[in-house]
Amino acid sequence: MLKKITTVASVVLLSALTACGSGGGADTGSTPAGGTITMGFAQVGAESGWRTANTKSIQDEAKAAGIDLKFSDAQQKQENQIKAIRSYIQQKVSVIAFSPVVETGWDTVLLEAKRANIPVILTDRSIDSDDTSLYKTFLGSDFVEEGRKAGDWLVANASGPTNVVELQGTTGAAPAIDRKKGFEEKIASKPDIKVVASQTGDFTRSGGKQVMEAFLKSQPKIDVVYAHNDDMGLGAIEAIKAAGKVPGKDIKIITVDAVKDGMQALANGEINFIVECNPLLGKQLMDLTKKVVAGEQVPERVVTEEGTFTQEQAKAALPQRQY
Amino acid sequence: MKNRLLWPLLALVALLLLNLAVTPSFFALRMQDGHLYGGLVDVLKNGAPTLLIALGMTLVIATRGIDLSVGAVAAIAGAVTCVHIGTSGSAATAFAGMAIALVLCAALGLWNGFLVAGLGIQPIIATLVLMTAGRGVAMLVTEGQIVTVNNTAYRQVGAGFVVLPVSILIALLVLGLVAFVTRKTALGMLIEAVGVNPEASRLAGVRSRTIIWTVYVFAAVCAGIAGLMISSNVSAADANNAGLWIEMDAILAVVIGGTSLAGGRYSLTGTLLGALIIQTLTTTVYTIGVAPEVTLVFKAVVVIAVCLLQAPKARAALSFRKVAVSS
Repeated sequence: MLKKITTVASVVLLSALTACGSGGGADTGSTPAGGTITMGFAQVGAESGWRTANTKSIQDEAKAAGIDLKFSDAQQKQENQIKAIRSYIQQKVSVIAFSPVVETGWDTVLLEAKRANIPVILTDRSIDSDDTSLYKTFLGSDFVEEGRKAGDWLVANASGPTNVVELQGTTGAAPAIDRKKGFEEKIASKPDIKVVASQTGDFTRSGGKQVMEAFLKSQPKIDVVYAHNDDMGLGAIEAIKAAGKVPGKDIKIITVDAVKDGMQALANGEINFIVECNPLLGKQLMDLTKKVVAGEQVPERVVTEEGTFTQEQAKAALPQRQY
Repeated sequence: MKNRLLWPLLALVALLLLNLAVTPSFFALRMQDGHLYGGLVDVLKNGAPTLLIALGMTLVIATRGIDLSVGAVAAIAGAVTCVHIGTSGSAATAFAGMAIALVLCAALGLWNGFLVAGLGIQPIIATLVLMTAGRGVAMLVTEGQIVTVNNTAYRQVGAGFVVLPVSILIALLVLGLVAFVTRKTALGMLIEAVGVNPEASRLAGVRSRTIIWTVYVFAAVCAGIAGLMISSNVSAADANNAGLWIEMDAILAVVIGGTSLAGGRYSLTGTLLGALIIQTLTTTVYTIGVAPEVTLVFKAVVVIAVCLLQAPKARAALSFRKVAVSS
């Protein structure tokens, strides 16, 4: 009896699933000639406030540009992203855009897209591949430059021997590798500045807090925290407070991103300097998409516009911050 | 029984000594703003969620089941509470939010129990449903955003101190309660009986289904409390990352503690040791500065070593060699 119910239940479930699948496929297949452009976008996830602002910008701008957007969330897993890209190829979308979770391992799936004649646009993060014909263009921030800006500020503001601890992003992710590289490049000019410990906090607040707690116990002297994103910096602030020290004074904090919670902490004096990483690239992405579909030439690299914030600038910028 | 716990205990001591060797101040404790502060305190505080979830998992595994949904349930608990609190700073709102979250978690546990005990679906499949869907639910609740709250009462659960971290006090309280209820009454024996042979225990008059149902609800509530700790620790609900992979840590803690995945006999003290080993391992990686690229390999090597030490065959081979050398 029980077995029968289980079988019936699973059959119902399965047919429901297939129904969803075919429903999703039915309204696609529109080609540029047919009028509307269809874009398949494979997002990394929703791991930070920055990412959700990025998602929202893409969704809003797609709507405004009249582009039919198919959106998927990979929850920080490469295999999910590859699956999503394959399904977009099957659905014959006009353009595939995605922010790669990690730098490597994309050649096979992008070759499939190329064979299906679907142009690919990379957003926000790049890939590490010898074959640049696999994608049309890469729209996003220059992470190495962001690391350099953070390093510049420290070189200009540090006096005497300075011990830095670094909270890295997800191991293997482009922003983590590049922000580390750019920062190290700049501080190399000042031998007084030393990175005494560096660990991954996975771009999350919990990660940043836990790593910082351990650093505070294992490192005798910490002057500066360099966090690869605001969220890890916010976690580090909590850990520093629990250790009875004052974040922003006893230990200076530099982060990258400039999301609202980070800007708030900067305005409150708990963070000292934030390098902006602009997530609002939706409009630029839609413009590029239209050009690519129309067969126009696009530059291989498009850099988003971004700046930096000190505590005073944060106070001024905070009221009209969108994300 | 004592012997089975000896090896995990030795592994824990070895890890702590490694920390001490690299950072001589690792065991140093001092009072900071009226609470204890030090490396060991961190291990206890950050290990509390894993310990709680592992406790629920121990009982589930003792009935020959497994619960993969605990991480997702933890994320839902944090999400529901933070969304309920919103911008409010009042303690009453915080407690109401936590109560709603835990009731919801109990309901999710009932669902798991229904699939396993009611419909007879394999536990690994039944709980896989909620493992996948649960994170989606948490994302829906938070609308994909990280919800930041500023509530002093809520902060206490995960980041607060009464000399010791509140989170570990809660976890130890639950451990004490479970130990009391299952070891001082017949419940523990009944759970083990169901794990050894559900059909035989049913024929012997044990209400197998009710017991299975109960352990899944208990596991979900434990996961809920753990989720509150994780989210309260950083005063934010992160539907994507809160409790990610914690089900694996919890299962590992149970196994390191000497409870068999085949069901039956279980050890709560073993689970406590297992959870502490896992957290100490994570802290060790940060303290001794293992490069992020090799962290996972380092962890795997330690876990394999601990498991080998517990395996009778590996131990026999080891002692045989010792005898051969000495003779």
